[in-house]
Amino acid sequence: MDVSQLKIRQLREMLDKKEISAAELADEYIKRIKEYDKKLESYITVTEEIAKEQAKAAQERINSGSSSALTGIPIAIKDNICTEGVKTTCASKMLENFVPPYNATVIEKLYSENIVMLGKTSMDEFAMGGSTQTSAFAKTKNPYDLNRVPGGSSGGSAACVSAGLAPAALGSDTGGSIRQPAAFCGVTGLKPTYGRVSRYGLVAFASSLDQIGPIARDAHDCALVLNAISGCDSRDGTSSRLAAENFAAKIGMPVKGMKIAVPKEFYADGIDAVVRDSVLSAAQKYKEMGAEIVECSMPSLKYAVAAYYLISSAEASSNLSRYDGIKYGHRSSKGDSYSELVCNSRSEGFGEEVKRRILLGNYALSSGYYDAYYGKAMALKQKIRAEYEEIFKLCDVILTPTAPSVAYGINENVTDPVKMYQADICTVTVNIASLPAISTTCGYDSKGMPIGMSIIGKHFDEATIIQVADAFEKNFEIIPPRIV
Amino acid sequence: MYIPVIGLEIHAELLTKSKVFCNCSAEFGGDQNSRCCPVCTGMPGTLPVINQTAVEYAVKAGFALNCEINKFSVFDRKNYFYPDLPKAYQISQLNYPLCINGSVPIEVEVDGEKIQKNIRINRIHLEEDAGKLIHDDYNGVSLADYNRCGIPLIEIVTEPDIRSAEEARAFVEKVSLLLQYAGVCDCKMEQGSLRCDVNISIMKPTDTEFGTRAEIKNLNSLKSIVRAIEYEIKRQSKILDGGGKVVQETRRFNDNHGDTKSMRSKEDAHDYRYFPEPDILQVNFTDEDLAAIRAKLPELPEKRFERYTKEYGLSETDAKILVSQKTISDFFNGALEVYNNPKSISSFIIVELLRRVNLGEVSMDNLPFSSKDFAILVQMADEEKVSKNDAKTILRFMVESGKNPEEIAKENGFLISNDTGKVEEVVEGVLSANKAIVEQWLSGEQKVFGFLMGQCTKELKGVCTPKVVKDILEAKLNSMK
Repeated sequence: MDVSQLKIRQLREMLDKKEISAAELADEYIKRIKEYDKKLESYITVTEEIAKEQAKAAQERINSGSSSALTGIPIAIKDNICTEGVKTTCASKMLENFVPPYNATVIEKLYSENIVMLGKTSMDEFAMGGSTQTSAFAKTKNPYDLNRVPGGSSGGSAACVSAGLAPAALGSDTGGSIRQPAAFCGVTGLKPTYGRVSRYGLVAFASSLDQIGPIARDAHDCALVLNAISGCDSRDGTSSRLAAENFAAKIGMPVKGMKIAVPKEFYADGIDAVVRDSVLSAAQKYKEMGAEIVECSMPSLKYAVAAYYLISSAEASSNLSRYDGIKYGHRSSKGDSYSELVCNSRSEGFGEEVKRRILLGNYALSSGYYDAYYGKAMALKQKIRAEYEEIFKLCDVILTPTAPSVAYGINENVTDPVKMYQADICTVTVNIASLPAISTTCGYDSKGMPIGMSIIGKHFDEATIIQVADAFEKNFEIIPPRIV
Repeated sequence: MYIPVIGLEIHAELLTKSKVFCNCSAEFGGDQNSRCCPVCTGMPGTLPVINQTAVEYAVKAGFALNCEINKFSVFDRKNYFYPDLPKAYQISQLNYPLCINGSVPIEVEVDGEKIQKNIRINRIHLEEDAGKLIHDDYNGVSLADYNRCGIPLIEIVTEPDIRSAEEARAFVEKVSLLLQYAGVCDCKMEQGSLRCDVNISIMKPTDTEFGTRAEIKNLNSLKSIVRAIEYEIKRQSKILDGGGKVVQETRRFNDNHGDTKSMRSKEDAHDYRYFPEPDILQVNFTDEDLAAIRAKLPELPEKRFERYTKEYGLSETDAKILVSQKTISDFFNGALEVYNNPKSISSFIIVELLRRVNLGEVSMDNLPFSSKDFAILVQMADEEKVSKNDAKTILRFMVESGKNPEEIAKENGFLISNDTGKVEEVVEGVLSANKAIVEQWLSGEQKVFGFLMGQCTKELKGVCTPKVVKDILEAKLNSMK
């Protein structure tokens, strides 16, 4: 049986109708991982034994007739989400052997639905990057072209879903880390509103921006996963107190009469023509469905990348200070004093990009520079939020490209960090403004590489962006990657 | 002659049941690393969640120290590497502390006269305590104990209003008292629940600006605060007298030598890279929130003093002694609930109980008997159920055994029945058995009365007071004239 392109809903039906057992289903994916992941390198850890055990428990629940939406569904987890008893490395040498003694809240929630965990997926080290090439353990490839990057930082999660090595995965998104790899790998990725999903157990990169979300084959599947992982958590003071809701509730409702904004700065120079044309033709399709396209402007977009890198690096510099090699993680064999030991452990344990951000963040926070850098970035954050508020007075959702280009070659961009950072222009404002956004495939370039578009919603209005993305997906044909 | 200019930073651990950002016990002690969890040891992915009781206690401290409470308050991260700080940052407050602009009145002596002086409080903010390091020089290792890590602390920062070691001591004592009355800190300096940093500079009376200050870190007894300040005044005076300049630096007090040594200079000072803590939401209070917290604030010493003097008519001296420690005042209040005679209770506490406390026989922190039993004893003495002298003995037995006063009185025959029939019977018996003595008395030898009295009381021990015996004996003898 070929499970590679099956969606959660289809698997649900097969499981409930006993056309396949949870164990057989898990086995299919494990087989595919063994077959394809040597080339793809999307997983850091494959949890075959756990998957087998969980499949057994899931089958019992299915047999008892009390299965929920995700019971028995295999899911992959980004390797910065803590899993009790299973290595959680953040793709860093620093945490190479770190086994958390606790589960993240999202893992507890998924386990309570009796999912089947397939493994932990690769990522950019500590989620810092957009290529998954800074991973210390698995430099994931793009399933559509193994010479290209899968995007990042949730590149492992996006690639494994794209290649059919999992029907869905969890990622995390600090500045585009779910949406951009979803776009590069031709799948759908949802970054929820900040506070919608508990961050407890997500190894922090930039605490005010981080959010866990699903990557799946379509918006409807993303809604099912979000249903399972969202909700207020007493262990995360920033999690929203809003009651859980059914994010699939609006699926199928017409987009007719809906107002979709296209801020011109997102379609300006710096965005590849093929991407721009593809997203604009998607806008045209919405228009044909009866939606109204509203032109608008976001003047602060040009400052967004700078603001994002200052805020996220400042927070990261503090969040990553705990990795001193004393209590857990990589410890250097050199160093005669506490300071030397910490210095050597950190020098050896962290990769170049992580070090660059720690330096940048510490600099931005240091006395004498705080106002000029961190202070200004915080002011820009307010401005960007205000501009979004203005735009949302005119529309229901905003449509933008997810990335300025399609997936690039593995050796491109890597030598020029500023160029890499600029590539985040389409996604970072969403995190800065704490908004929800979903990326879905809207076309392919001449070489068959997927192009992603993002639908940005109002705070806590995930249901609407899922509805809008689904409306497009229903009329769009996915071309699976050749690796399949 | 120089004028010392002193400001204090007092760190007080709050008496919450659990830590400030997790559910671990905040109690003192426990086996090493038995009171910590992934959150307070800063494991990857864990998040702090603010303990609302800690916030409430910090606000109560603010009220007790006459502060304004900020309706909008923010937590910040203070970043530095040290092995007792597992996250490598301390969650604290920088620009928007919970409380500002307070003042604490202290009594100071000027030219032999006691006057009141206000020490202004700049701010009170809430933060987390760090762990403890134990250095094992024998094995050449340092060990970390994270039990203390995450215990809620308030930092109380004064303005530079203090002018002597004695004022500093009076201030710390007063703050301890207020925090204890507010019920937010036990202020046990020997256990580290109250610690103090001293900022001190000296200036000439003619100077218009303060001198350069030194900061002396982590003083953990009133005695070391006083000694450190006195040493610093001498040290800085010597430098200025010799034409030198005091350098701004952090110094450490050595209890064994009674001196201070430089820890780090201004140039080596940490850059803490403060920024707003993204994991904890800002704290917002409404007027109703603050009124509700204020309503929960226990009665403070000034209020009690007023009640004791005005309502109960106690002398100011006595009232002052009673409120000088919360345990004494609480004990007094408790006793009144059983026997509402403030003057009697107060005098028995001050004269008898505190005497035993001062002798070191017993401590107010763990009396072996209740305020209720104490009240019963005072009432028994007042109602002449036991003699005043025996009451003192009973208290001694209570201190020793913790038994209740009635039991002790019964066991030792201290109870007075005042059965006059019995007294008359005994007196008559004594008189008829000592006819010769009675004749002596009747012939004018007054001094033999004592002998007769002694014979009677010997047989009447525990039956009645000597006064009753004396009255009846006198009456009988007079009737024989």
